[in-house]
Amino acid sequence: MIDIQWMIGGEAGYGIMTTGVMMSKIFTRLGLSVFDYVEYPSLIRGGHNAYYVRGSDEKVYSQKKTVDILVALNHETIEKHKDELVPQSVILYDSNSIKLKNEFSKGILTIPIPLLDMMNDLQIDHLMINTITIGASLALLYDDFSLLQKIMQDTFIKKGEEVVAINTKTSKAGFDFIKEKYNGVFKKKFSLNQQSSLLMSGADAVALGAIRAGLKFAAIYPMTPINSILTKLTQHALSYNIIVKEPEDEIAGINMAIGASFAGVRSMVATSGGGFSLMVESVGLAAQTETPLVIVMGMRPGPATGMPTWTEQGDLRFVMHAAQGDFPRIILTPGDIDECFSLTLRAFNLAEKYQLPVVVLVDKYLMEGHATVKIDKLRLENAWYRIDRGKIVSSAQLKGIKDFKRYILTNDGISPRSLPGQEGGISFSGSDEHDERGLYNEDADMREAMMEKRFKKLKTLEKEILVPQVYGSKNAEITLIEFGSTKLPCLEAMKCLQDEEININVIHFSWVHPFPSKHFIQLVKKSKKTIVVEGNYSGQFEGILRERTGFVPDDRLRKYNGRPFYPEEIIAKIKEII
Amino acid sequence: MTTLKDLEINYDSPNWCPGCGDFGIWLSLKKAIVELDLNPSKVVLVSGIGCSGKLPYWVKTYGFNGLHGRPIPVAEGIRLANHELTVIVIGGDGDQYAEGGNHLLHAMRRNVNITLLVHNNQIYGLTTGQYSPTTDIGEKNKATPIPTVEPPLNPLSLAISAGATFVARGFAGDTILETNLLKEAIKHKGFAIIDSLQPCVTFNQKNTYSWFYERIINVNEKGHDPTDKMKAFALSEQWPLKKASQDDEKEQIPVGILYKEQRLSWEEGIPQIAKMPLVKQLRQEVDINSLLDELL
Ligand SMILES: Cc1ncc(C[n+]2csc(CCOP(=O)(O)OP(=O)(O)O)c2C)c(N)n1
Ligand code: SF4
Repeated sequence: MIDIQWMIGGEAGYGIMTTGVMMSKIFTRLGLSVFDYVEYPSLIRGGHNAYYVRGSDEKVYSQKKTVDILVALNHETIEKHKDELVPQSVILYDSNSIKLKNEFSKGILTIPIPLLDMMNDLQIDHLMINTITIGASLALLYDDFSLLQKIMQDTFIKKGEEVVAINTKTSKAGFDFIKEKYNGVFKKKFSLNQQSSLLMSGADAVALGAIRAGLKFAAIYPMTPINSILTKLTQHALSYNIIVKEPEDEIAGINMAIGASFAGVRSMVATSGGGFSLMVESVGLAAQTETPLVIVMGMRPGPATGMPTWTEQGDLRFVMHAAQGDFPRIILTPGDIDECFSLTLRAFNLAEKYQLPVVVLVDKYLMEGHATVKIDKLRLENAWYRIDRGKIVSSAQLKGIKDFKRYILTNDGISPRSLPGQEGGISFSGSDEHDERGLYNEDADMREAMMEKRFKKLKTLEKEILVPQVYGSKNAEITLIEFGSTKLPCLEAMKCLQDEEININVIHFSWVHPFPSKHFIQLVKKSKKTIVVEGNYSGQFEGILRERTGFVPDDRLRKYNGRPFYPEEIIAKIKEII
Repeated sequence: MTTLKDLEINYDSPNWCPGCGDFGIWLSLKKAIVELDLNPSKVVLVSGIGCSGKLPYWVKTYGFNGLHGRPIPVAEGIRLANHELTVIVIGGDGDQYAEGGNHLLHAMRRNVNITLLVHNNQIYGLTTGQYSPTTDIGEKNKATPIPTVEPPLNPLSLAISAGATFVARGFAGDTILETNLLKEAIKHKGFAIIDSLQPCVTFNQKNTYSWFYERIINVNEKGHDPTDKMKAFALSEQWPLKKASQDDEKEQIPVGILYKEQRLSWEEGIPQIAKMPLVKQLRQEVDINSLLDELL
């Protein structure tokens, strides 16, 4: 079996991110299942960046702790990551800037590469030293350079042939260096991928899902970790005729999106906790006016600016309760890149069918990590999807209606809406409580009727609620319960433990509000010992479980240091209690 | 032909205080829609919160009454989604110049093709008479008895400098003037702001109808050329006074179109809607296969 983790570390500004993604592409084309993950501080230049790429010929779900190939562009990388090395690990390091003392045991192979000298020979800017290391890394794994040549072509062709040529030449130098001096030191054999997988980040998946769902308007004020959604959407805005606006602030953004949606197009916003804080009042506006709205909310550690470039699951309670008053909303929590795509598709239909705010709750870990996704699966999902705009009245239906009642009381809680411009559909939507016509109304009975109408939607949408998924055997010694991206390290831990014949399973929630209580109770009945795993201090998810079902887990594992869970940590916890 | 009757909603009528300036503005807006013969189904009135913000309830067009200070971005979203609609924003001086100041600033810079109608009563009406950003320096009243030390904001000079391409002052007590300004503003391509002097008969005892009648001067009747930016700016600076004046008998308040300019409007620069509004572009099938191929 192949299971290898490659890592590059160095100062920001040396193209660590590009190198990382490229390495993921190499792994993907070598036929591996890939997961990658990047750590970096909130700095543009300087500071320590680390990009982990893990690949395996079996499905991988997350990063792991140990590094098999470490590329060190500076000494700090060695200092920080040497504990992640294991016997047989290889270090490729810049021998011009790093002098190794005898700090590594015999089992670890250190390969000095004079990166700066090589750049001088090639007469290329030293900022491209990372490119040599991609070539060198490939040479350790595979004999044919043309693989990388093709990737360089695909990656840089938009910037012109010259850029392709320089990158190819530089990486070839690294490739040749290893082939000449260290051929065959790393003994793993790969076969080329039949291109059945593609590599995408969570942000790519959300953006693609939104485009497929018929997004027409997005207003996004930049904020980590959702910036790549903004970039991706802008890149394709012209070809798909989508307006992507960068508003003056998040308050403007959400109100623009509400306006666009009120006028009849599918619209969304994307933000992180700080931006969502500003949007909060308007979440209620969307709810009160029953304007469909998709909010992509990317969690990172808070409060305030917290740790801007790190990850956490600390905003679950916040999105659940955000905005004054009592109103229905939906919160979806994708657990992997596939789900980022499929739940974004779903979010747009849910928002329009039920005329309420739908939050797609993601995090830095998911947004900025890449993984291989089976292309057939995506194409299938794509082909199946039908845009369902819910109850929008047609012009024919409006004929003969004198005073259109936008908020007419219905049994399913959903009132048909007209769109501005429609003849005969003149209607009024406001932030005040209102009667069926939309006119503000403070009558006690009317208030009750309107509250009940809005909440009836929850009953109507019950059939759409995504039941928590059980991964692994039905009868397990231990059940891990999680939501969102914690699915990834949990599944990884499960896989590792299965190899040791320890029987665990995972219950994953990709829909947390309204809470699928009944389904959960059914599922958890068979569990012997349960652990809730979540990325926050106070156990927000566990609290919701208790509150909505009365269920109390046997144990819990929480993390709040800005890092995602490592499967090793989950495994250690499990071994502690069995 | 659209008539005043078409704009009447038959199940409710305004509940502003008797004599409120909002009535004059309400009537003027309806007259402007009628005189321009706009189809009420193609008009959207967007407002925030305040006495003024209720206006859209009582005109039979499409209406959206959002949050305090936030009607402009809602209107921007509506325009981008469907630029065939006439979008008119209604706000108060608190709504627009305090809570919504940031949005106003950027909408003017962008030259969004909307009309902003500000009911400027120099006070917060709905919250019962606190200072607003346009309250004169040195004013005090029952709700806020310590004289304000903050000089008033000058909405018109702000608008001219921020890039609004149609800048006017109206008066609720002169519905002919107000109607004409609204008609010009609606016809104008780009961001049009009409700061309308609006007596709040309940909470503002100073800026009354008669106080305004004595002071307003229609600059257009006096031959002002609205394309002259420097002159427009000078006129805009004439009122409100930045210092408490000893001798405010002499104040002259310019009304009419102070400034007008033709500049590319926001949505004219957006190729996605050059051929048709966004709202007419929705398709069941969106082919993303090429995007998937890019990720291979
Ligand atoms: C976020 C928020 N803050 C405060 C209020 C309370 N509020 C309602 S109307 C208003 C001011 C109204 O003044 P103005 O905008 O000048 O309108 P007017 O009532 O004078 O027409 C305030 C502060 C609110 N509704 N929302
Ligand atoms: S409080 Fe003032 S602004 Fe409000 S309705 Fe009464 S008079 Fe008009």
